[in-house]
Amino acid sequence: MSDQPPKLQWKDVRIHLSGHDVLDGLNLTAQTGRSLVVIGGSGQGKSVTIKIAMGLMTPDSGQILIDGEDVTHLTGARRNQLFARFGMLFQGAALFDSLPVWENVAFRLINADGLSRPEGRKRAIEALAKVRLGKEVADLYPGDLSGGMQKRVALARAVVGSPEIIMFDEPTTGLDPITADAVNDLIVEQVKQLGCTAISITHDLASARKIGDDVAMLHGGRIVWSGPVESLDNSGNPYVEQFLAGRAEGPITAAI
Amino acid sequence: MNPVRVVGRITLDILAQAGDVTLFALKGVAAMLSPPWFPRQLARQLMAIGYLSLPVVGLTAVFTGAALALNIYTGGGRFNAEQIMPQIVALGITRELGPVLAALMLGGRVSAAIAAELGAMRATEQIDAMRTLSTDPFRYLVGPRLLAGVISLPLLTAVADLIGIAGGWLVATRTLNFNPTVYVRNTGDFLQDWDVESGLIKAAVFGFIVTLMGCYHGYNATGGARGVGRATTLAVVSAAILIFLSDYLLTTWFSRS
Repeated sequence: MSDQPPKLQWKDVRIHLSGHDVLDGLNLTAQTGRSLVVIGGSGQGKSVTIKIAMGLMTPDSGQILIDGEDVTHLTGARRNQLFARFGMLFQGAALFDSLPVWENVAFRLINADGLSRPEGRKRAIEALAKVRLGKEVADLYPGDLSGGMQKRVALARAVVGSPEIIMFDEPTTGLDPITADAVNDLIVEQVKQLGCTAISITHDLASARKIGDDVAMLHGGRIVWSGPVESLDNSGNPYVEQFLAGRAEGPITAAI
Repeated sequence: MNPVRVVGRITLDILAQAGDVTLFALKGVAAMLSPPWFPRQLARQLMAIGYLSLPVVGLTAVFTGAALALNIYTGGGRFNAEQIMPQIVALGITRELGPVLAALMLGGRVSAAIAAELGAMRATEQIDAMRTLSTDPFRYLVGPRLLAGVISLPLLTAVADLIGIAGGWLVATRTLNFNPTVYVRNTGDFLQDWDVESGLIKAAVFGFIVTLMGCYHGYNATGGARGVGRATTLAVVSAAILIFLSDYLLTTWFSRS
């Protein structure tokens, strides 16, 4: 067994929001170079889980460890240095609608890494090509693109800096099955090419099976099951079984 | 409910809000004055806040100057002092109406637009996305807007001063039979540097207030489209109130010094 610490770890993370415990002692590990998918129903704290890991929210207690280093309350230059190794694809793509596509993709390169605008544009067009978007898209604005194209631009923006850790928040939500599958293919391809650690959250099982090496099921603010994606269908866990079957009856109560 | 408790709660809420705005403003000043700077963002904001506000500020100034001239002429006529109209118009425009009206117009146009834009960016996770791209959203979004407000409003006020005085001149010479040359000479001889300078200092403060309120309410917007609407309203209303309050305080301070 390797002595190397996991790439990313949530240790007993708790957060209380809007009157209830969203995460209630979450323990989760993403191993280096593997793709972890967190599944779970609506309102179970999946997005909060990755926002805490990205430093966008601070937990009430618990720790976030990157390569064994506690980054939970990190600020300043060290924080910027560590989080520069992250990439993230947001659920709604979160593209900057006042900037053209190429400037969205090259945003980090120009504004944080100090690359010149012509060089940034060149790198952005290369990144767009990796997600099968042509040069002609570069000067359009996000509002001119379809939902699937916006997700691809967001993927290009997430991978352009060659991150070590990449997060996908519901990457296929709102897309038709064919476009969703194409986005999943691109995610798998890019994660493999970069050799990075990927953490995805989704309630789309087809997506989970396609992009995941490991799967963890989040319910009630805790991980109720985790294992390799191959064992998902014979987990023996009532929560996972109900989620896979899509039944209203079972230990999970529908969020309505 | 106990009325003392209600009053106490409201007082605490107001104090907490004031503290929050003050911290935001201090952070904003730090973002304006220390690197990293984003010159392209500043240029875009100067264009949006300053240049594109010229028509509305100009129109307001010309009509205000014209109406002010008529009112002073009518009022002055009650004690045979119609001839001091050019001086009073110039004083009223440069010291008070130029900066205040330009700020109020900017408050309606710019404060609302900033609050809506930043609020929508918050609602659609664009501000979070910026943070994940190793860029401090506060420095990128708030700093350039505040700086653009502080630079733009004195320039707009200088233009409003000229156009406002020209509005008074137009009415005086076309309808009240004032001599055009004498009007201009009277205005120039009477005005002191401080009359204009104090108005421009006020304008810089108002420019900060207008953009600060837009940024504060937009940046902290919550609750989707409804939250964005609320942020927009709060930005305009709070900017207007703070403009009047700071105008009184600055005028008091200037009149003592």
